[in-house]
Amino acid sequence: MAKILEKRPLSPITKLYRVDAPLVAKAAKPGQFVIVRVRDGGERIPLTIADYDREEGILTIVVQEVGTTTRYLGQLEVGDEILDLVGPLGMPLEIPVEGHIVGIGGGFGSAALLCLMRELRLRGDTTTIINGAREKDLLILNEELGEVCDNLEICTDDGSAGFHGLVTERLQQMIDGDAPGRPDSVVAIGPMPMMRAVTETTRGKDIPTLVSLDPLMIDGTGMCGGCRVTVNDEVKFACVDGPFFDAHQVDFEEAVRRNKMYVRQEQESKDRTTCMKLAVGQD
Amino acid sequence: MPVKRVQKTPMPERDAVLRSHDFGEVNEGYGIAHAQFEAERCLRCQDAVCIDGCPVRVPIPEFIHEIAKGDMRAAAEVLRSSNPLPAVCGRVCPQEVQCEEQCSVGIRFKPVAIGYLERFVADWEMEQTDIEITANLHRDEKVAVIGSGPAGLVCAGELARLGYPVTIFEALHAPGGVLRYGIPEFRLPKDVLDWEIEQLQRLGVEIQCNMIIGKTITMDQLMGEMGFKAVFIGTGAGLPSFMGIPGENLNGVYSANEFLTRVNLMRANDFPNADTPVMVGKRVAVIGAGNTAMDTVRTALRVGAEHGLIVYRRSDQEMTARVEEHQHAIEEGVEFHWLTNPIEVLGDDEGWVTGLKCVRMELGEPDASGRARPIPIEGSEFVIPVDNVVLSIGNRPNPLLLQTTEGLKSNKWGCLVVSDGSSETSREHVFAGGDAVTGAATVILAAGAGKNAAAEIHDDLAAR
Ligand SMILES: Cc1cc2nc3c(=O)[nH]c(=O)nc-3n(C[C@H](O)[C@H](O)[C@H](O)COP(=O)(O)OP(=O)(O)OC[C@H]3O[C@@H](n4cnc5c(N)ncnc54)[C@H](O)[C@@H]3O)c2cc1C
Ligand code: SF4
Ligand code: FES
Repeated sequence: MAKILEKRPLSPITKLYRVDAPLVAKAAKPGQFVIVRVRDGGERIPLTIADYDREEGILTIVVQEVGTTTRYLGQLEVGDEILDLVGPLGMPLEIPVEGHIVGIGGGFGSAALLCLMRELRLRGDTTTIINGAREKDLLILNEELGEVCDNLEICTDDGSAGFHGLVTERLQQMIDGDAPGRPDSVVAIGPMPMMRAVTETTRGKDIPTLVSLDPLMIDGTGMCGGCRVTVNDEVKFACVDGPFFDAHQVDFEEAVRRNKMYVRQEQESKDRTTCMKLAVGQD
Repeated sequence: MPVKRVQKTPMPERDAVLRSHDFGEVNEGYGIAHAQFEAERCLRCQDAVCIDGCPVRVPIPEFIHEIAKGDMRAAAEVLRSSNPLPAVCGRVCPQEVQCEEQCSVGIRFKPVAIGYLERFVADWEMEQTDIEITANLHRDEKVAVIGSGPAGLVCAGELARLGYPVTIFEALHAPGGVLRYGIPEFRLPKDVLDWEIEQLQRLGVEIQCNMIIGKTITMDQLMGEMGFKAVFIGTGAGLPSFMGIPGENLNGVYSANEFLTRVNLMRANDFPNADTPVMVGKRVAVIGAGNTAMDTVRTALRVGAEHGLIVYRRSDQEMTARVEEHQHAIEEGVEFHWLTNPIEVLGDDEGWVTGLKCVRMELGEPDASGRARPIPIEGSEFVIPVDNVVLSIGNRPNPLLLQTTEGLKSNKWGCLVVSDGSSETSREHVFAGGDAVTGAATVILAAGAGKNAAAEIHDDLAAR
């Protein structure tokens, strides 16, 4: 059980939680994730570790309410316990090249850049974060992200804040030589279409690129194989070998298809939580 | 006096048609009358060869004699003295190749139903409310047990009985290992497992779930700052193998571990009351013919499949499943495709499974395992239309702990290496047993290994 110490809305659908998880916080490294379960009969879902405070024993996770479990989680308040939280899982991010590292975050993915880019800067890299969203209201953590990197770039699809356009358009400008300059390596975390677009943008340009895959998971320890992805024509278990993989080797088509395996059931389950929420509301 | 009867007293079973649609236990268990009737068949041999067939050497004639006399309490005591998980083993042991294979009655007749009797006594014990168990952890040396499968549970229980404070660390959110996530409710009710675990807790064993040793904490931390003086590794063999054939990553293809975990641990059979779904179409093909495969195919029927198929490259002679599981699967309408080797999973444009392409096999000379080697028959390819494919072709030990722990030796299959005839690993004060050492084996072997390791840990701690 992990007690919620702080809960903060970041956007209408995204919330940040700081939870009491001393052992996980102590062991966590940038790029790893946890698996949580929030109720009896609940599913196990992976959540990226956004940040950790080893001394205080606090773990930060950022949750976008998209499915059943994230909605249940959204209803928990400060003082409530997360029923099960286990981790840290997966391999920490390792960026082999040094120099100018560009981290691209979309949606809740931006949160994962927090500890990641801070560590890279400590290593001596020049760091740029491109924080993207559809519109201004959906942008998260601008202030915090600004503190952990050298350059913060903001992009919105509708131009309501920062650069008017997609994160990949801004990335392309940098590759073409615009300030803050051509990346030596790129890491992208966020929705699959975004990561895929980033991958295509850097392909063939000699810019090592990593993406964080988020297949469906159960155990997170390599026991079920449900999280398997194909990378460089080899089958990998994202929970133990990942979540980061060489973007240019990832079979995205398969990854996208496998993530849609349960769309019908997910909708059914979500409809149920909506009904339950409404029922509670009417009391 | 022993009574000569050719047949075993039949196990009362639920109707095959009814039971194949729910998760209620198939075998209903002997009543007292059945048990005493069956117990009369035991010859009480001087040289009880059945004991040699049991990996933990249960004094079989002794407990059966107590049943015949009607002293169930004494029977339970005899049983418990050698087998710490009788309610589980009575249900899942492959008796036909262990105790019952050796039984002297079995030379001319059907052997004594040792497994059924064992289960009867354990179930009787579960119903008693007056059995005293108290924790007496009078020793100082703390022992850590990694993994809560049968090996870990038994090791912890034995150590607690010896007075050691024991903590079990389990990666999943619930204890039990394969007994929890693998073996289905209709064969091993979770109440039975919960009861066994409760007894351990009454003995003072502490269980911490959501703790992955090697991730959440390391072995060094356990033995260093956390102060554990000895460690038992019972992490099992939970890493599923895939075949490497085309189409294995199509939607609708599962490992048996994933399929069973979704249902047993995550309760997908109760979706959407429980949140985890499982995808089952009309026709489900399970590849393999061990206990796991039988459990999977019978589970598939229970979560809505109309046809459950077993596809196996060898024949029924080489199948490794317990005879009873095979029999129950036949009764429940499972279709068997022997001498059939899958070579490709076929899918539609959207990536969903539509069929399993197979080749027919014939048996050749025996291979390294002593079983006839299956050889493909050229030009015999054909397609079985299916909606799901579940691979049940074996598991290997999970490398998580090894990757992060120095000084632990493993062999080329990833199994932990222990010294001959003991459970000592290559690292001081670290012991191991169960599937993590042997590769996927049986509950009773894991339980036996846990028990032996507890004794060795006791010696190791006493010698310091
Ligand atoms: C579906 C199925 C059916 C079976 N049917 C039968 C049967 O009928 N009869 C029979 O005798 N045998 C059967 N078996 C085999 C039997 O279940 C196993 O041999 C037995 O459970 C092995 O016990 P174990 O304690 O070694 O490991 P497991 O039961 O595998 O338990 C290992 C535990 O360790 C945990 N763990 C792993 N790594 C870590 C870590 N780093 N930190 C913390 N925890 C960790 C795992 O989560 C797991 O809970 C079956 C197996 C399966 C899969
Ligand atoms: S533990 Fe297994 S092998 Fe031993 S007597 Fe019981 S059923 Fe037979
Ligand atoms: S989530 Fe089960 S193996 Fe990765």
